[in-house]
Amino acid sequence: MKTLRRLRFSTVRPLRLQILDVTLGAYGAERRENKARGASGGHARRNGQQAPKGRIMILPGFVCLLSLSLSAQVTPDRIVTAAKEPQNWLTYSGSYDGHRHSRLDQINTANAHSLTAKWVYQTAATGKLETTPLVADGVLYATAQDDRAFALDARTGRPIWLYQRQLPADIRPCCGRVNRGLALLGNKVYLGTLDAHVIALDTKTGNVIWDVPAFDYRQGYSFTVAPLAVKDEIIIGVSGGEYGVRGFIDAYDAETGVRRWRFYTVPGPGEPGHDTWEGDSWKTGGAPAWNTGTYDPATDQVFWPTGNPAPSNRGEGRAGDNLYSNSLLALNASTGKLNWYFQFTRHDEHDWDATQVPVMIDANGRHLIAQANRNGFFYLLDRTTGKLISASPYGKITWSDSKDSEGRPIANQNASPTLAGNTVCPGALGTTNFMAPTYNPATSLFYVTSRDQCDTFSTAPQAYEPGHAYYGSAYFPSDEAEPYRGFLKAIDPATGQVKWQFQHTSPTWSGVLSTAGGLVFTGDAEGNFIALDAATGKPLWHFQMGGAVYAAPMAFAVDGKEYIAIAAGSAIFTFGLP
Amino acid sequence: MTHRRLLVCCLGLVSITAAQDRNPFSGNPQAAKAGASEFRINCALCHGLGARGGGRGPDLTRAQKKHAHNDADMFQIISNGIPGTAMPANGTNGQGVGMTDEEIWQIITYIRSVEVKVPARPLGDAVHGKQLFYGDANCSLCHMVEGKGGRLGPDLSGIGGARTREAITDSVRHPSHHLAWGLTESTKEFPQEYETVTVITADGTEIKGVALNEDSFSVQLMDANEQIHLLEKDKLRSFQKSRESMMPPYGQSLLTDQDLEDIVSYLISVGAK
Repeated sequence: MKTLRRLRFSTVRPLRLQILDVTLGAYGAERRENKARGASGGHARRNGQQAPKGRIMILPGFVCLLSLSLSAQVTPDRIVTAAKEPQNWLTYSGSYDGHRHSRLDQINTANAHSLTAKWVYQTAATGKLETTPLVADGVLYATAQDDRAFALDARTGRPIWLYQRQLPADIRPCCGRVNRGLALLGNKVYLGTLDAHVIALDTKTGNVIWDVPAFDYRQGYSFTVAPLAVKDEIIIGVSGGEYGVRGFIDAYDAETGVRRWRFYTVPGPGEPGHDTWEGDSWKTGGAPAWNTGTYDPATDQVFWPTGNPAPSNRGEGRAGDNLYSNSLLALNASTGKLNWYFQFTRHDEHDWDATQVPVMIDANGRHLIAQANRNGFFYLLDRTTGKLISASPYGKITWSDSKDSEGRPIANQNASPTLAGNTVCPGALGTTNFMAPTYNPATSLFYVTSRDQCDTFSTAPQAYEPGHAYYGSAYFPSDEAEPYRGFLKAIDPATGQVKWQFQHTSPTWSGVLSTAGGLVFTGDAEGNFIALDAATGKPLWHFQMGGAVYAAPMAFAVDGKEYIAIAAGSAIFTFGLP
Repeated sequence: MTHRRLLVCCLGLVSITAAQDRNPFSGNPQAAKAGASEFRINCALCHGLGARGGGRGPDLTRAQKKHAHNDADMFQIISNGIPGTAMPANGTNGQGVGMTDEEIWQIITYIRSVEVKVPARPLGDAVHGKQLFYGDANCSLCHMVEGKGGRLGPDLSGIGGARTREAITDSVRHPSHHLAWGLTESTKEFPQEYETVTVITADGTEIKGVALNEDSFSVQLMDANEQIHLLEKDKLRSFQKSRESMMPPYGQSLLTDQDLEDIVSYLISVGAK
């Protein structure tokens, strides 16, 4: 243990410097190599080859990298400039803009065919693994079911510490006892728990530094989201849209756990938007915030998406638009004050949470934000004002044939659930769901997992009871001859057009990673991890992991070697060049 | 922390002893009504609206159930699932929320309220049905019952307890209407279905069979001679998949209503016992 700690967290500078020396050498050489390959049309480089010592060029970026790594702690500035240290993955989407794009290019279209498994970590948990690991300075942090968290030697997969929360027996997680990951800041990692606590763990030991209850879990509140570390605070959104919670987004002091602000996603009496709820329905209005938002340091705004109004599949009793359900919220990160909102699906009756990662894109001097929404439309907004620029279907849709004056798709008259059942596309699981998308600035394409499936929605009235399921409707896969179809789609955000698609054998819950190596990585329900050519969608490599994928991939590097990591089955897998 | 743990522990014990012995709502019409909604939300996906069975789960209006002899059994089954079948444990199907003990009892009360004590129509002749199954109707060329028969189609030993009479009849008349479920993997959302696959191998050989399993890069199939073929898709000259079942539709000319009724009665006599 002592030795391990010294290796991973060492303050012994000579050792650290030695590791970095290798890191920089190989990485710098690969970058140059790739540049050359790109110019000439290129050939595959033999993998794992390291640059001759004498050829190491110390670039300004690397000097910066060196000092950052030596600091050993993840400062807020490091997350802001995460792109400058592509060997690390410091936040849920890899960077604040939500791109889930790695600038590592050692693994690329020319050598992806030779990828091989590097290590596997068995979590011993059962159920779905939805975690995105974080990596900082050679240590990988991730989570598993039942609020397990752990730190691994990112080079070998060997655990440094393990944490598992002792959960009450009567927790009410919606959709599996899942967790999507951690936030990392300073000497702590942050976990939202299934019993609705926010906790801070010591990065070196996993010891609990602070533990703060956010709400009464018995009423159906829980956390499954990876929190977002912003400046000196931890931002987190609640789950529980299936229990008639009143959704909120919280910010906690990263050092002490004291709550700085709470934004209720369902406005209370006297607040703007309160009149979009009938009677007392706002009290159980849902609008959870269970997926990680993004952050714009330039304007100090957090963009956080919200989920379905409750009951999820029955609009009777909650007449109105039901703000701020199924919306994107632009909040002042320091105060939690709402700057603007955009509601994707008004008065939703199909469980179309808008909790997909909002992706910041800057193009032609415009500051945009894109979301591939669960309701089947790809939305592009101006992120300064929240105004809609375009909404384009990217999957099978029957619920909307028209748009309002702002260009927002509006629901057809006959789209509501009925007692006898009404078939609507997409179904309740949506055209996409929580699976994280990726945006590759080099190809200017947005890659997202999608599904074509229609459901028959049938009303099933339920009274609200605290802590009880509160759907108000049942849904069934529609009785079509056509089976459900699942895709990876590459969307041009400028036009909303699908540039290419790769059809999976069955729909997948995997997220997507893009890399500077010209690759996109995704997983499938059959247990394959797949590398595809980002430009064409052609699969270049695959590996059978033996368990379905419900998580999103990420990339990191240690000792100058690039790794791609993905959770599948009940394990975390990493891949690299031989 | 210790206090809370003790408390949780005690509460757990109370709920276990109180919850699982006896249905607190037995015969209560309000509970049955609440249970009807819960049933639609949690159970109807497989067991059908009105509990009359679907393409996936058994008809629960039948008074005699294969796995549950009383309400306490039913509570156990809903809570823990049935290993080796598609019946999941409460809250583990990955979609939607689990049920509370109270809601489970409401559902049981609802199921009891819709049970039909007497079969809607007289059963066919199961003895004759068995003769047809292994004889003129040729069912056993592809289907096995209790260890005897073919392997190309699903084993039908339990089908009489797992599907409604109507669902079995429909599968014989229109085999492609709902393809049978095959291999179910633990973390996979959808089971494999009995799809028909036709491939041409690199050397030009055509193989037609039923998919035992498939992913984007490989396929495992069984041909009509019960040979298993394990194939990599990128090495095939062609790969075609069809939702047209390899089982021929049994129209009236192949099998009269009465003979079909007899076969279904045979399957029910085996599967529901």
